[in-house]
Amino acid sequence: MSRIELRNVGKRYGEVAVLHDINLTIEPGEVCVFIGPSGCGKSTLLRLIAGLEEISTGELAIDGRVVNDLPPAQRNVAMVFQSYALYPHMSVYENMAFGLRHQKLPADEIERRVRAAAASLHLEGLLERKPKALSGGQRQRVAIGRAIVRNPKVFLFDEPLSNLDAGLRIKTRVEIARLHRELGSVSMVYVTHDQVEAMTLADKIVLLRPDTAARGLPSIAQVGHPLELYHHPRNLFVAGFIGSPAMNLLKGQALECQAQRVCARLAGGQELTAEVVSPQLHPGEALTLGVRPEHVVLGSGKGRGVVSHLEHLGETSQVYLQVPGQEALLLAKGGHPGMRLGDTVAFDLPEAEVHVFRADGEALPRPARPQHGLPSAAAACA
Amino acid sequence: MKRNVWATLYWPVAALIVLASVFPLVYAIATSLKQGNALFEPTLWVDAPTLANYATLFRQQSFGRNLLNSALVSAGVVALSLALSLLAAWALGRVNFRGRGVLMLTILSASMFPQVAVLSGMYELVRALGLYDSLGSLLIADLVITLPFTVWVLVTFMSQLPKEVEEAAMMDGLGLFTLIFRIFMPLLWPAMVATGLLAFIAAWNEFLFALTFTISPEQRTVPVAIALVSGNNAYEVPWGSLMAASVIVTLPLVALVIYFQRHIVAGLTAGSVKG
Amino acid sequence: MSAGLNRQRVRWAWIALLPMLTVLAAVAGWPLGRTIWFGFTDAALDRLGEWQFVGLDNYIGEFGGLAKDSDFWGAARNTLVFAFLSVTLETVLGLIVALVINHPSPMRTFLRAAVLVPWAIPTVVSARIWGWMLNDQYGVVNHWLVQLGLIGAPLAWTADPSLSLFTIVLVDVWKTTPFMALLILAALQMVPTDCYEAARVDGVPPSRVFWRITLPLIAPGVAVAMLFRTLDALRVFDVIYVMTSNSRHTKSLSIYVREQLIDFQLIGAGSAAATALFFVIALVTILYLGFARRRMAEGAA
Repeated sequence: MSRIELRNVGKRYGEVAVLHDINLTIEPGEVCVFIGPSGCGKSTLLRLIAGLEEISTGELAIDGRVVNDLPPAQRNVAMVFQSYALYPHMSVYENMAFGLRHQKLPADEIERRVRAAAASLHLEGLLERKPKALSGGQRQRVAIGRAIVRNPKVFLFDEPLSNLDAGLRIKTRVEIARLHRELGSVSMVYVTHDQVEAMTLADKIVLLRPDTAARGLPSIAQVGHPLELYHHPRNLFVAGFIGSPAMNLLKGQALECQAQRVCARLAGGQELTAEVVSPQLHPGEALTLGVRPEHVVLGSGKGRGVVSHLEHLGETSQVYLQVPGQEALLLAKGGHPGMRLGDTVAFDLPEAEVHVFRADGEALPRPARPQHGLPSAAAACA
Repeated sequence: MKRNVWATLYWPVAALIVLASVFPLVYAIATSLKQGNALFEPTLWVDAPTLANYATLFRQQSFGRNLLNSALVSAGVVALSLALSLLAAWALGRVNFRGRGVLMLTILSASMFPQVAVLSGMYELVRALGLYDSLGSLLIADLVITLPFTVWVLVTFMSQLPKEVEEAAMMDGLGLFTLIFRIFMPLLWPAMVATGLLAFIAAWNEFLFALTFTISPEQRTVPVAIALVSGNNAYEVPWGSLMAASVIVTLPLVALVIYFQRHIVAGLTAGSVKG
Repeated sequence: MSAGLNRQRVRWAWIALLPMLTVLAAVAGWPLGRTIWFGFTDAALDRLGEWQFVGLDNYIGEFGGLAKDSDFWGAARNTLVFAFLSVTLETVLGLIVALVINHPSPMRTFLRAAVLVPWAIPTVVSARIWGWMLNDQYGVVNHWLVQLGLIGAPLAWTADPSLSLFTIVLVDVWKTTPFMALLILAALQMVPTDCYEAARVDGVPPSRVFWRITLPLIAPGVAVAMLFRTLDALRVFDVIYVMTSNSRHTKSLSIYVREQLIDFQLIGAGSAAATALFFVIALVTILYLGFARRRMAEGAA
C-alpha cells in the first residue's frame, strides 16, 4: 500500500518560485492527474515526487516515511517519460531487463517479469528490436513495460501520450486504464494538458495554476473528483479551465437574495436566478455568472440574443449569440439547422446550472445533485 | 571575365597543391625501393625496384621492436586517457557545480604547456619511479599531451547526450559507472573513435619525451629511431633504409587519416569550438 | 540529516573527477611546479638530490643567468622569427588551399585527402624526408633547381646560416598548412550562402565579395586558429632538432632548454629558461583570453 503525502511543498529555482504551498494526499491505488496550463508546474511537481528534482520547502512522505533526500530508485516509484527515454542501443527486452539486472534479481525472475509485461502490452514479437525500429506507440509501450517490470508502488506518467497522434492517443489511453485495473493496488500519478485524458482516467484531479507561486499563493486551484471540478468549480480559474468549450462568463449585479437562491441582473438588463447554498451577498455587489454552453437552452426563456456566428459540427451545432450588454458572445450548443446569422433567438439559463462568482473570483457553493454523478456529496479534498 | 580567371586558375593551382602535398611521400617511397648507387640519382622513376632496404630494417636494426614500442605506448596512453576522460566528462559536462568553469580553463591551459616546461620535473619523477629507459616513462609522460585534449572533446560530446536517458537510468537505480560505461559510452562511440584516433596520432608522433627518457635502442619508439638513424657522413647515412622506415610508419597513418577524414575533422572542430 | 539530492549529485561529480585530476596533477602540475622550483636552484642532472637554493641567479645572476646568455637571446629571437614567419605563411597558404577545396569540383574529396597527407606524416619523419630532398649533394630539390636554371650551384639548405631558419620554416609550413586549411575550410563552410547569393544579385564582383564579405566573416575563426598555431610555434622542437641539431642559427627556446638540461646537465639554468618560456606562452594566452572575452561582451551588448 502506498500513500503519498505532500505537506507545504514548494519549489523554487533561484529566486523564481514555481510551486508554492502544495498540500496533497494521494491514496493507495488512486489515479491522480495533474493538469493545468503551460508553466503551471505540473511536470515539476511530478519530478519532485520522482526524486529528479530537489524539494525546496516542505515534506514529501511515502507510506509515512519522509523521502525528500531519498534517490529515485529507493522510493519504489517508476516513471514513464514523455519522450520514452529508451536506451537507444539496447533491444526492447534489454531495455526492460536492464534495470532489474542491477537490482540483483535472479535471472529467471527477470525473464518472467519481462515476458509477463510484454504479453500484457502486446510486445511479444518486438522483443529483439531496437528502439529506432519501433513506431511511436510501440516505443511508448516499451517505456510503460520498463516501468511495470519494476513492480513499483507508484507509477508516474509525464505526458506520455502527447507525442502520439490522435487515434493512437485514444487507444493507448484505454490501454492505460485497463492496465491500472489489472495491476490492482498500484497508484498512478499522471501529468497531462489534455482535459479528456484527465476526465476519463482520473480518480482525482489536481488543477494547478501558474503565476500563483510567484505571488505567494498556493499553486493548487482545486483538488477533487473530475465531476466535482466540472459541477462545482471553486473559482473562476477552475471554471474557465475545466470543460471544453469553456464556460460562458457574464457580468452582472446581485439583487435580492433568498435562502437558497441568488437573484442577479445581467449587465444587459436581463434578470436571472441561481441555486446557491446560503448566499451572503449585498445587493448591488458585482458578480460574474457562469453557464456552460451545454446547459444553455435555446428557443425559450426570457433572454434574447442575435446569432453572430454558427459552427456545424455534425453531432451538434454551436451558436454564438450577441447578448445586449455583454462583451463576450454567449456560446450555446444545440442550435437547429434552421438558424441563420442575424436571427434573434430566445434563450434560457436554468437556475440549477448557473454558477455565481464574486468579484474576487471565488465561487458560491452549489448544492450537490444526484445527476452530477459524484461518488459522495461535494467533499473538500486534502 | 573575372569569374573565368578564377576558374582557369583553379586547375593549375589545385594540381600544384596536390603535387606539393604528395610529392615528398612519393619520392620517399621511390627512394626506399632503390639500392646502391641508384640512391644517389635524384629521379622519381625506379629502374630496378627492390625491397632490400625493408629487409635490412628489420634484420639489422631493431625497427620491428621500435614499431612495437610505439604501438604499445600509444595504445596504452589512449586507453588510459579515454577511461579517465569519460568519467571526468560526465562530471564536467553534465553536472552543474561550483568551480566547473575554473576547472575547464585549467585543463585547457594544461594543453598549452611547452613540453620542456615539465621536462626537468618529469625527469626527476621518472627517475624516482625507476622508469628511466623503459616504456612506462612514456606512458606517464605522454598523458600530459593527450589527457587535456581527450577531456575537452569528450566533455563537448557528453554534454549533448539527452537528459531523459540519464533520468531513466536514475529511476532504474543504475550506478554511476554503469551509466557512464554501459549507457553513455556506446552512445559516444563515434566521438571516442575520433578522439582516440587523434590522441593515438599525437602519442605516436611524440618525440621530446621519447628522446629524453629512453636511451637503449630497444626501448626507442619510432620517431626517435628514425631521427637517430645516422652515419659518419652524408654518404654513409643509410638513406634507403631511412626512407623505408619512413614509408612503413607513414603509410598506415595516411591510410587511417584518409579513411577517418570526416571523424577527424569533426573531432578537431569540436575541440577548437570553445564555448 | 542526509544531504540533499543535488548535493549527492555534486559529490558524485567530484568522485568521478578525482582519477583524472589526480593523474593530471601528477604528470602536469607536479612536474611544472618542480621545474619552476629548480629554476631557483643550481641542480645538475647527475646529482638531482643535492642542490642549493640560488634565488634569481639563474635569471639575472652576476656570473651568468639568462639575461646575460647570448645563446638564450639568440634562441628567443629565432623562436619569434620562426613563429611569425611560420604562422603567417601557413595562414595565407591555408586560406588559398581552403578556398581551392571549397570550390565545387569533382576533385574535391581527392583534393582534401591529398592535402591531409602532410598532416598525417609524423613530424620527425617529414623532417628526415625533407632533409633527404634538400640534401646539398644528392637532394632532388637542388638537382631540379639547377636543371631549371633557377640557381647556379646546389644550396646548403640546412647548413648555410643565412638559409637554415627559412628551411625550417618551409618544412614546418608544409606540415602544418593542412591543419590551418581544414580549420579555415570549416569557417568558410559556416558562412551562410545567402550572403553570397545576395552579393550576386547585387552584382558585386568576386574579388570584392572575398575581401568585404568572406574575409570578415571567417576572421574570428581564423584568429583563433592563428592563436593556437602561434602557441604551438613558440614551442617548436622536433623539426629543428632533427634537421639542424645544434646550429646556433636555428636553435629555438625549447632546443635551448633541452640542451641546457640534458647536454650540459644544468638542471637549474635550464629550468629557469623553461619557466621563462612557460610564462611567455601563458602571457600570450591570458592576453588573448582577455581580449576574446571583451570582444564577446561587446558583441553581446
